[in-house]
Amino acid sequence: MSINTRNVVFALIAAVAISACSSTPEDTTTTEAPVYTPTDSEVDGGSMDTSYAPAEQTDPTLQYRVVYFDFDKANIRSDAIAILKAHALYLSQNPGARVRIEGHADERGTREYNMALGERRAKAAASFLAANGASASQLEIISYGEERPVALGHEETSWSQNRRSELNYTVEAP
Amino acid sequence: MKYLVTLFCWLLLSTTARAELIIEITEGITDATSIAIVPFAWSGPRLSEDVAAIVSADLHRSGQFAPLDRSKMLSLPTQESQVFFRDWQSKTNGAEYLVIGRMSGTNDGKYRVDYQLFDVYQQRTMNKWFATGNDLRAMAHHVSDVLYKELTGIRGAFSTKMVYVTMEYLQQAGKRVQRYRLYLADVDGHNERILMESSEPILSPSWAPNGRHIAFVSFKSTRPAIYIMDTKTNREKQITGFAGLNGAPRFSPDGRSMAMVLSKDGNPEIYTMDLSNGKLKRITNHYAIDTEPTWSPDGQSLIFTSERGGSPQIYRQHLDSGKVERLTFDGNYNARPALTPDGRFLAMVHRSNGIFHIAVKDLYRGTFNILTETNLDESPSIAPNASMIIYATMDKNRGVLAAVSLDGRVKVKLPSRVGDVREPAWSPFL
Repeated sequence: MSINTRNVVFALIAAVAISACSSTPEDTTTTEAPVYTPTDSEVDGGSMDTSYAPAEQTDPTLQYRVVYFDFDKANIRSDAIAILKAHALYLSQNPGARVRIEGHADERGTREYNMALGERRAKAAASFLAANGASASQLEIISYGEERPVALGHEETSWSQNRRSELNYTVEAP
Repeated sequence: MKYLVTLFCWLLLSTTARAELIIEITEGITDATSIAIVPFAWSGPRLSEDVAAIVSADLHRSGQFAPLDRSKMLSLPTQESQVFFRDWQSKTNGAEYLVIGRMSGTNDGKYRVDYQLFDVYQQRTMNKWFATGNDLRAMAHHVSDVLYKELTGIRGAFSTKMVYVTMEYLQQAGKRVQRYRLYLADVDGHNERILMESSEPILSPSWAPNGRHIAFVSFKSTRPAIYIMDTKTNREKQITGFAGLNGAPRFSPDGRSMAMVLSKDGNPEIYTMDLSNGKLKRITNHYAIDTEPTWSPDGQSLIFTSERGGSPQIYRQHLDSGKVERLTFDGNYNARPALTPDGRFLAMVHRSNGIFHIAVKDLYRGTFNILTETNLDESPSIAPNASMIIYATMDKNRGVLAAVSLDGRVKVKLPSRVGDVREPAWSPFL
């Protein structure tokens, strides 16, 4: 390797090292409406074949498919009750419909503990749906722990959006 | 006073740019041993690696040694007859120890390195060795291991490897997509190789005691499942796929069974699986979260995180008697235990005032120390010689790897080029 090539390589490495030290623009908090929209990432790996919105949207509350949780908690908050009741009613009236409930945690705490916490949140939502008319066979639960944040910041505004259970319909009512 | 060094190892190392990880020593110890590693003699065409520089960087990264900068060397001896101790006795550019060496080619096409260690104060040779091999970096790490053992009495861990996970966001058709990668690399960040890529989460990699197989969790089947991969062949085998959680796999010290977390029976419990026949044995039975098992070195008990006491704390359960004892009492969040190979020190993630640090508890004396000042620290993994704990943390809003010595005196940062780096797992001795 000639001296010139070495210098170029050196400069490149230095540039990379310096850029590694600067903060990246993707860290800004993304504020998203509480309506869940499927992203490619979820479709891509086959985590959901397709995401359906409930077909008969007689109740506009059905558009809300995310419920939120307090830090390190998995109890259903009062602001989630109307949303979950609407989905429970929809599921009971449409026995062919299937929903996958995905539990999520914020980034704080250890990953495997957050997997367990996410599962608890998915189960809390599933239990509420079941207690309000959905049948167990319509419900599938999965935890993603802290792996799938919707907001990428590292403060409470982002964290509060990431502590959630999402209701994703995998089979629409026939 | 602590001295701060912001010298990147690429300054000391080779000119190749293939390593993704760049290592920076953020804090070393004041009484680090000074040592001069003189460039090794070589008469052939330019070598791809500078062996003496790699040795220097290895010892530097341990935090226990302060290698003398080449530009400060008054002479560059490569034979014993060329060593003049007065050249190394200066206060400003001297060293307590001196290493010289010569590279040569063997008849069967390998490299040979002959190297010699001197005690400068006593003006005598301490020892001399030689090694042969094909891989210059591996030879250099071997030399570092030998020197480290000679000077500290402790087996060096410079020839070990690590696995870790990276995650970056890609834009695909205007949408944010995740890209997970599972990597294998030398413990200095070089020779990085992708073991697996997925748009679905990969987490919790850990090593088998044979230093060849690893276990991890992947969601690639759309649900979490535990896999074992042979890092030599990249061949993998799915070993669980139960309903609910399939997580936190850890090989037993004899490699015959694996501890894991499953929630198939209701809530997260710890099980062990006999890897010869897949038979499961349930270890915990509690409505609280039980997770993150790790084995005691004798394989007789499991140490794990449980929130059975109201907040996450670390417990030990003896496998024979089923007896459970709580190990941590400092603060209201202690999780993800990792034990030193002698079973004495328990590293963990500890939350204090909402900040997540790496902490260590001396299980013999009961003392508890917070080692890090960084935040969102997680996944501590201990070197097989117990010299350092490697862990994941946040630096400028990015996930990076860092390492800290068990006494907290040495801190090393390993920033990466792209994405978040997380969940390092240090291999056993190889």
